[in-house]
Amino acid sequence: MTTLKTERLDIRSSDDVVRVRQLTRTMALAAGLGLVDQTKIITAASELARNTLDYGGGGFVLAELVEASARRGLRLTFEDKGPGIPDVEAAMKDGFTSGKGMGLGLGGAKRLSNEFSIHSQPGEGTKVVIARWK
Amino acid sequence: MAVNTGNVAELVGSNEQTILPEWIELQKKAGSLQTGRITENELASQSREFLHLLRDGLSRGGSEVSNSAYGPAKQMLADVSRSRALQGFSPSETATFVFSLKQPIFNVLNRNTTLSPAQAAELTWSVTLLLDELGLYTLEVFQKSREEVIVRQQREIAELSTPVVKLWDGILALPLIGTLDSQRTQVVMENLLQTVVETEAEIAIIDITGVPTVDTLTAQHLLKTVAAARLMGADCIISGIRPQIAQTMVHLGVELNVISKATLADALALALERTGRAVTRLKKATPASGQNKMSAEKGQ
Amino acid sequence: MDRIPILKFGNALLVTIQVDMHDRLATALEEDLTSKIVEHGAKGVLIDISALEIVDSFIGRMLDNIAAVSRILDAETVVVGMRPAVAITLVELGLSLAGVKTALNVERGMALIQARLKTSDEDDDDAED
Repeated sequence: MTTLKTERLDIRSSDDVVRVRQLTRTMALAAGLGLVDQTKIITAASELARNTLDYGGGGFVLAELVEASARRGLRLTFEDKGPGIPDVEAAMKDGFTSGKGMGLGLGGAKRLSNEFSIHSQPGEGTKVVIARWK
Repeated sequence: MAVNTGNVAELVGSNEQTILPEWIELQKKAGSLQTGRITENELASQSREFLHLLRDGLSRGGSEVSNSAYGPAKQMLADVSRSRALQGFSPSETATFVFSLKQPIFNVLNRNTTLSPAQAAELTWSVTLLLDELGLYTLEVFQKSREEVIVRQQREIAELSTPVVKLWDGILALPLIGTLDSQRTQVVMENLLQTVVETEAEIAIIDITGVPTVDTLTAQHLLKTVAAARLMGADCIISGIRPQIAQTMVHLGVELNVISKATLADALALALERTGRAVTRLKKATPASGQNKMSAEKGQ
Repeated sequence: MDRIPILKFGNALLVTIQVDMHDRLATALEEDLTSKIVEHGAKGVLIDISALEIVDSFIGRMLDNIAAVSRILDAETVVVGMRPAVAITLVELGLSLAGVKTALNVERGMALIQARLKTSDEDDDDAED
């Protein structure tokens, strides 16, 4: 897999969540994703960016345009140095929330992506990687 | 390692008239023309062009394929490989184009008297490595082109297999045939919802007569389609659940919390009724004058 | 701060969301709508989201809340004009907005609200076609 382009954006306020959506749209277009796939990855990005802001106390997103075996795709990495998630498995379930959300963020983002991985340690922050392929 | 491939370049250049026929002969022997996909003329001109580009590469690029001097040669291999992939050549037929060039070049190196045996051996080795790498590159492009073809075909099949038909003003039917996986569900949804927008439909009938089994996952896909249609303001009716499927669904504990009808005809009757139209078979309605009244009642 | 305009349309309120909403704007809309329903005694709320390119769980929750609050205040909320790609994504996300009424466009949505008013007033003929 090769990375064709990388963009980084800090997530510090709710305006940044809007910016993450816009960046994701630009990159999704560059990856040649269809309208529905674009909408899915932008929505997933919006959920994860809000998680980074609300639960991680802010962080950043890394958006990469990637290519592997004749397919292009978009990979997004959300990282924060927040409190982390003690029980990742429970947090993935719909309806789970430790804050004011609907608890669809993580599980929803996973369903909207082709690839999903999460690493989190209490006290060390959270890193979520998603990808959507053409 | 600084191998002077310039020597090889000169030899290839001066012995083109020996190498080319020998190489083409080898390719023919390997069956390159048997399938009739390319003509002898095409093969000859492709071979000649590649030999020239390889010579240019050898004269300036040394033994490293990554050197930019080999760019045009690789570009040509990529084009040849791609067109052969689309024409239906097998991978080995495609790779033969490069690999069969080894022998004629070795023959020229061996016959040459100005080179010491050690020099000849060293050059032979670097040409081997070089052609191996170019051969692998050819296969890689070949593989990639085939994958592109497959991806495109998958998309075409997915689109072909999910027509949305207009049954009446405001009423659509979606006859599903075959199994419903998540990727196909997305195409089905897209087609359905797009048609809902275009025809301003109020009701969509999803007919699953052609769906072989309905397991939990298929049911989920169906329900997602129904939910998505509702978000756009269109109601769904599911029709064509065959008796065996209904039984399996009950045994599996699969629930479809949507309106369902046994046949497409029944579903259409219901859809007409809901959009304020009477079907004469309905016993409650008196034809014509009862229409509006009935729709008002049903609408509540 | 920006606010999304709310138009009065007979006994209904019409909101057309035309921007990529940040969360504060969504929260403000929820509050504004609640007070306008009471102020005008509105019986229906139409929210046109045809310009929205995505609806995430935050906006989804806002729509759900508006519908629930307006129901308590005796007004019907109809969300109209959702794009196909948005509907597909929302379902995949796990949101079905079960408490919200939907319609294809503003015209249909208005017809839904009017139909409800008529049936609650008196039995009346409702000729659509």
